[in-house]
Amino acid sequence: MPALGPNPRLAVFKFASCDGCQLTLLDCEDELLTLTRRVEIADFREASSQVIEGPYDLTLVEGSVTTEEDRHRVQEIRAESRFLVTIGACATSGGIQALRNFADVEEFSRVVYASPQYIRTLATSTPIRDHVSVDLELRGCPISKHQLLETISAVLTRRTPDLPTDSVCIECKRRGNVCVLVARGATCLGPVTQAGCGAICPAFHRGCYGCFGPQGTPNVPPLTHRLHELGASRGELLRVFRTFNAAAPAFRQASESEERAKT
Amino acid sequence: MSPAPSDTAGVLERKDLGRLLEVLNGAGYRVVGPRVRDGAIVYDELRTEEDLPIGWRDRQEAGTYRLERSEDGRVFDFNVGPHSWKKYLFPPHHLLWSTRQEGNRLQVAPGPTLEDKPLAFLGVRACELAALQISDRVFQGGVVDPTYSQRRSSALIIAVECSTSAPTCFCPSMRTGPEVTQGFDLSLRELLSPWGHRFLVEAATDRGRALLRQLPLRAGTEEDQGDLGAQRARVRAGIQRSLPVDEAHDLLQENLEHPRWETVGRRCLACTNCTMACPTCFCSTTEEVPSLSGETSEHFRRWDSCFNLAFSQLHTISVRSSIASRYRQWLNHKLGTWWDQFGTSGCVGCGRCITWCPVGIDLTEELAALRAKAPSTPTTAQGAKA
Repeated sequence: MPALGPNPRLAVFKFASCDGCQLTLLDCEDELLTLTRRVEIADFREASSQVIEGPYDLTLVEGSVTTEEDRHRVQEIRAESRFLVTIGACATSGGIQALRNFADVEEFSRVVYASPQYIRTLATSTPIRDHVSVDLELRGCPISKHQLLETISAVLTRRTPDLPTDSVCIECKRRGNVCVLVARGATCLGPVTQAGCGAICPAFHRGCYGCFGPQGTPNVPPLTHRLHELGASRGELLRVFRTFNAAAPAFRQASESEERAKT
Repeated sequence: MSPAPSDTAGVLERKDLGRLLEVLNGAGYRVVGPRVRDGAIVYDELRTEEDLPIGWRDRQEAGTYRLERSEDGRVFDFNVGPHSWKKYLFPPHHLLWSTRQEGNRLQVAPGPTLEDKPLAFLGVRACELAALQISDRVFQGGVVDPTYSQRRSSALIIAVECSTSAPTCFCPSMRTGPEVTQGFDLSLRELLSPWGHRFLVEAATDRGRALLRQLPLRAGTEEDQGDLGAQRARVRAGIQRSLPVDEAHDLLQENLEHPRWETVGRRCLACTNCTMACPTCFCSTTEEVPSLSGETSEHFRRWDSCFNLAFSQLHTISVRSSIASRYRQWLNHKLGTWWDQFGTSGCVGCGRCITWCPVGIDLTEELAALRAKAPSTPTTAQGAKA
């Protein structure tokens, strides 16, 4: 991990995204003042129009690459950043907008826009990692505030952050949640989804919908087999795997397998 | 008038069960035990008799758990659920210590220790008494774990003998149940027959006898013993699964390359549910949570599992990258090398890992498959030799 100067510069950039993950940083209300004492916020346009030129010590990148311009811009950002952390499902797997990867973007443009000739977009939405080297990834839609602070703190003190690749189930069990899959037959992606959210959805009696993407060693086929036994249709599982991490390989394979079986 | 009870045993009428909770609360215990929450019978705080799962039954199969109403009003007419007592003795997420930098000095403060009130575990089943004794060897057998030890020594154990069994149970083959024989302060045996709805109460320690003296008891009768015998026979008859407890160690050691590991590895989700639900699985990791200012830091212990990739990470690589190798490690430890380490099996036959596995993997079936036939062609669970 690279050593940082005495007044490290933090920058936050966005690509195709909803801004919700950046908002997690602003949502650290109790910690913001401390943060500004530890780092110089150099470029964070959601918070301030005051911009300090690079290079940056720590750069947070939100969003996915969906245009030709973005492909170049992400290279420039990488070149200006000592430590680059991607934040959220868009930046780490392509986000909900990666649904285009399964469809014809030109056809979408014709249907949606009155003047599609002005639309210049790539055929796919891809994670930042596909374009530049990334030092750390924070999963989630949105990311976890705890994991964000943990990561910033780890970068500042040059240690490895605690970002487990375990399943959501372990967080459910630590919380004492009753398993919604076993006790109710609910469609829950917890067993194949990465921890980090604190098992919020099962704590409120609904299945995990996988917004943190696949866990460290996802074994999806036996789960889909079991969910079918419990009555989930092919169409339902296709939709469940095609949300915020639709293009993450394990989830993409699962939805494509449902799609093939459906037709 | 009924004849007087002895100072170690008697019969509590159903209508007087509430008195037990009053006595426990009066004696200053924080009573925890079974109650219905979110479609299951979990362990949580109990204040009055009404908090107990009166008139509820569970239905368990591999990968399935459902609650249903029963008509007869039994209080303990269910089997073990998703929680175990380990959550109180070995908390899932627990502050071990915190540190503060003051000038050039580092101040260390210990984490929270005992609660002001000792715990009373109400409703500990035979398999769970066995699990507590296994955990005692783990947490107190060598280096004593202070968190476990403080809570364990102060906790009052009120056992309840099973009056029903689930298809996922296999305690008889593990020699841990279903009858409650030892390891408790006070025990209850619920009986319901034309002779009445009542509890046979037995005290095994001074603390238990002190509580027993405060309960309105009558002496036991031949009818009580007759009902108990019939109930025990019925419970045992309902238990179909079994596991060769004495054979398991060698069977597993001799079959480390059995193709069955690959088969189960293809089904296993590596989700950790079995190990989390297990009353004896004790693995943990620690986390350091420094404040952003860098002036303070908290050091926590949290439940971990051998099914996690990072669990077997040694110097940046995981030595058990395949799920098959992790399942093999878990079963080998639980049923085999636990003997070498602690002198017992690590399994008590409660069946939680079968019920709470989302895909219903059954360790008794896996062991039977290993026993059924030795491997004809040796294969390797990839990356697996632990």
